Amino acid sequence: MENINLALAVVFQLCQSLLVVALAPLLTGWVGQCRAWLQNRSGPGVLQPYRTLHKLFLKEALLADNASPLFRVTPYILFGCMWLAAAIIPIIAVDLPFSQAADVIALVGVFALARVFIALAAMDIGTSFGSMGARREMLVSFLAEPALLMVFFTSSLISHSTQLPHIVEAFSHHAFVLYPSLAFASIAFLMIMLAENARIPVDNPATHLELTMIHEAMILEYSARHLALIEWASSLKLFAYMTIGFALFFPYGIAEVGNWGALPLAIVALLLKLTLAGAGLAGLETILAKMRIFRVPEFLGTAFLLAVLGLLIHFLLGA
Amino acid sequence: MGGIILLWIVSGLFGLALQRHKHLICNVIFPFGAVLSLLLAAVGLWALGESANIAVLPLGLPDLPLHLRLDPLSAFFLILLGGASFGVSLYSAGYFKSMKGRVLGLLCLEYHLFLASMALVLLADDAYMFMVAWESMALSSYFLVTTDHKIPDIRRAGFLYLLIAHVGAIAILLSFGVMQAGHGIAAYTFDAMRATHLSSFWSSMAFLLALFGFGAKAGVLPMHVWLPEAHPAAPSPVSALMSGVMLKTAIYGLMRITFDLLSVPLWWWGVLVLALGLLTAVFGVMFAAVQGDMKRLLAYSSIENIGLLLVGIGLVIIFHVYGKNALAALALTALALTATLYHSINHAFFKSLLFIGTGSILHATGERNMGHLGGLIRRMPWVAATLLIGVLSIAGLPPFNGFVSEWLLLQAFLLSPGLPNPHINMLIPVAAAVIALAAALAAYVMVKFYGIIFLGQYREPGLEHAHDAGWWERAGLVWLAAACVVLGLAPVYVVHKLDLVTKMLLGQGLGNSTSGWLFIAPVDIERASYSPVYFLLAVVGVMLVTAWGVHRYYHGRVRRVPAWDCGFPAQTARMQDTAEGFGQPIRRLFEPFFKIEREVPSPFDAQPRYHGQTDDQIWFFLYLPIKQLSVRLSAWTSLIQHGRIHVYLSYTFVTLVVLLAFV
Repeated sequence: MENINLALAVVFQLCQSLLVVALAPLLTGWVGQCRAWLQNRSGPGVLQPYRTLHKLFLKEALLADNASPLFRVTPYILFGCMWLAAAIIPIIAVDLPFSQAADVIALVGVFALARVFIALAAMDIGTSFGSMGARREMLVSFLAEPALLMVFFTSSLISHSTQLPHIVEAFSHHAFVLYPSLAFASIAFLMIMLAENARIPVDNPATHLELTMIHEAMILEYSARHLALIEWASSLKLFAYMTIGFALFFPYGIAEVGNWGALPLAIVALLLKLTLAGAGLAGLETILAKMRIFRVPEFLGTAFLLAVLGLLIHFLLGA
Repeated sequence: MGGIILLWIVSGLFGLALQRHKHLICNVIFPFGAVLSLLLAAVGLWALGESANIAVLPLGLPDLPLHLRLDPLSAFFLILLGGASFGVSLYSAGYFKSMKGRVLGLLCLEYHLFLASMALVLLADDAYMFMVAWESMALSSYFLVTTDHKIPDIRRAGFLYLLIAHVGAIAILLSFGVMQAGHGIAAYTFDAMRATHLSSFWSSMAFLLALFGFGAKAGVLPMHVWLPEAHPAAPSPVSALMSGVMLKTAIYGLMRITFDLLSVPLWWWGVLVLALGLLTAVFGVMFAAVQGDMKRLLAYSSIENIGLLLVGIGLVIIFHVYGKNALAALALTALALTATLYHSINHAFFKSLLFIGTGSILHATGERNMGHLGGLIRRMPWVAATLLIGVLSIAGLPPFNGFVSEWLLLQAFLLSPGLPNPHINMLIPVAAAVIALAAALAAYVMVKFYGIIFLGQYREPGLEHAHDAGWWERAGLVWLAAACVVLGLAPVYVVHKLDLVTKMLLGQGLGNSTSGWLFIAPVDIERASYSPVYFLLAVVGVMLVTAWGVHRYYHGRVRRVPAWDCGFPAQTARMQDTAEGFGQPIRRLFEPFFKIEREVPSPFDAQPRYHGQTDDQIWFFLYLPIKQLSVRLSAWTSLIQHGRIHVYLSYTFVTLVVLLAFV
């Protein structure tokens, strides 16, 4: 019985990660569509990211003369890291045997690994925009990463576990309690999410002006399948961040261990949450303006301080 | 054990004797020394599971023969010494080939004496033996640092190192003096010190002196100033040994005195060490981010890592004091200690790796300034590949070894129970936040280090002809890189071994809370677990499947073209970020902490020149006033110092008269 359950869980985990990989571009498309609507445009439709990916995969890859193997392998590393991140987040159910291999600290590590590789790849060709993007990306991350870690710390201290499935279980299946520390953590998390996913106000994913770019500046030299994988990994990252947010702050609807019957409801809940969150993100991006790059550390410093404050409040009040 | 150390010294002497036969020194003596290192590590591994072995040598002072002791703590640091120096010695066999015979012979002797004295520091079981070994370590490393003594800057760096090392040594000696507690010469053995119970004032005194002394050697703020001077001055394998291993002997000394000799630590020691560690860590990494010289950058990064180790030790002390009775708190103490020991051995390997890597770059290009490097991944694939592993390890990224120790340390923070002291309770989360910040900044620093040196275009024309490392050097690099990978992938085995040390110091290890050989779970698999093997398999598996899928369903066509760079026509290597440029955001963000001098050219300059320099404030606020004070004091002293014999005789006469009158 144990083994059957474990096998079921492994199969389920595989299905979930495949589903996430397949669905992630849809979320990006939905956010883009909402933005278009808010800006009074008709928009390309929610399926546009799939069409872009297909087009990019068909193209012939152009590599700069001096590109090293590091440059070529980075898109695959990025994709692998984001897949792994998506695989350990409880999205519709908490039966994730693989999450024992990597807890929230390792999750932060996965994001950091992907980031370091893309920053290195950006410096590989030796163009001015590439190294500028790498420098800015590392500037953003050195404040965002500890802030994310502090958010995770707060929730781990409350739930006595650093594994996301256990955190979700602790939050969703016990009596409803309001944690003041989590309120701070959630605001910090929102700010980190905007920064880490290259969203307005920190970065603009749709910009065409090189000097204001962060993420886009790093991938200027990529083309075809490499670019497609990077774009796909970016949508996976957005998806992962949103589902982390749900797992920490709105875990309602996620199915319990062994409760396969609750899955349909969990899927509906997830779709609903994603639709709302995507629309909310588009709304935020419409009403906010992009900051100057040297205001970004202040923004992220605020996020870091809020996260630390949340942690302190937990230590002070025990809640 | 003694045989190995003796053989090291003998092989060093042979090196001196054979200075006419350069090839013999390089191809026989250094590899032989490396084999001895490996043997030492093997002996250490064996001794880890044994109870303490004690030996008394018929040498030394009349009433104090030399005591040696091999217990699990010493054994662990011997493994560290042997493992890291094996790689460095192999590397040295290739690196020193270009040296002149005479210099090489001397260097060979100093190098092996340095290794032997470090081993003796770890084995010493009485204060006399310890100080003799400690001083020979300082002196031999001083001579190694000043190998190129014809350059004035190097002589100055060496002198600064020697000065701080000796000020530290005096403090250590005084600390032993306090612990000996006036019980006569026999009380200088460590066994006697273990048996004496000091009052809390005197034991605090001994601890503070030890912290100052070992801190000076380890580069703890504010005694860190010698590190960024001495490391660039020394030949690279020597920097590797000094940073990777010698700094750990200071950590060993601090652990030995705090946990073994002074059996009862006080809570505020822990807070002091924790605060010092946090300051040192953030300071080190912040300065590393703005360096342009690759070896200075690594030196500052060593300061950061020493800070992390101190944070670990501070946590151990705090938990140890408050958790005497509770079993859970004891497990937590063991966790913090395990994290600290794990990080020491990790740092030994990845820092040695990075330092010898910079040695190869220095040989190939003759350049230490990162602003003149670039694109070396294409010319030096071996060095680039192994250093990539080192960089990922030191940046604390999974699945490499730096991540494991960081993970363990953060778990120790996370599992910290409600301590009875509310102020310390507040300190714990703040400390965790600072550690996370330092770790993230370390990633920034390492992207800068690797990106500027190895990636991009050649910044200078000569770099196109840079050559890769030779075979001996490659062997050293590969050994150290492999150690980083193995320590990262097999944490369960390592933690199992470290348990033997924690059991000796605390009476309890992490024990059987690790489940299976794949998952490391310090307390409970429900609370936290990590499996680097699965992690690696998952990422690599997805990568392979993706690559296969893309090539199978689409195509794998590639065309090489000139770089695009948004269509800008004129691109030169000068348009890339320099080291200063990459560190500029950090410099701007933490501006008050740096002393910045800048000369910006005016638009009308015929030959515009930009000059920027970032210095350490501490140098100006602490060291220069001390220097001026000592100069002034000696000026006053010189008033009564005439160098004429009759004046001195009259001083003696007056003193005698005064003594006779009063006594």
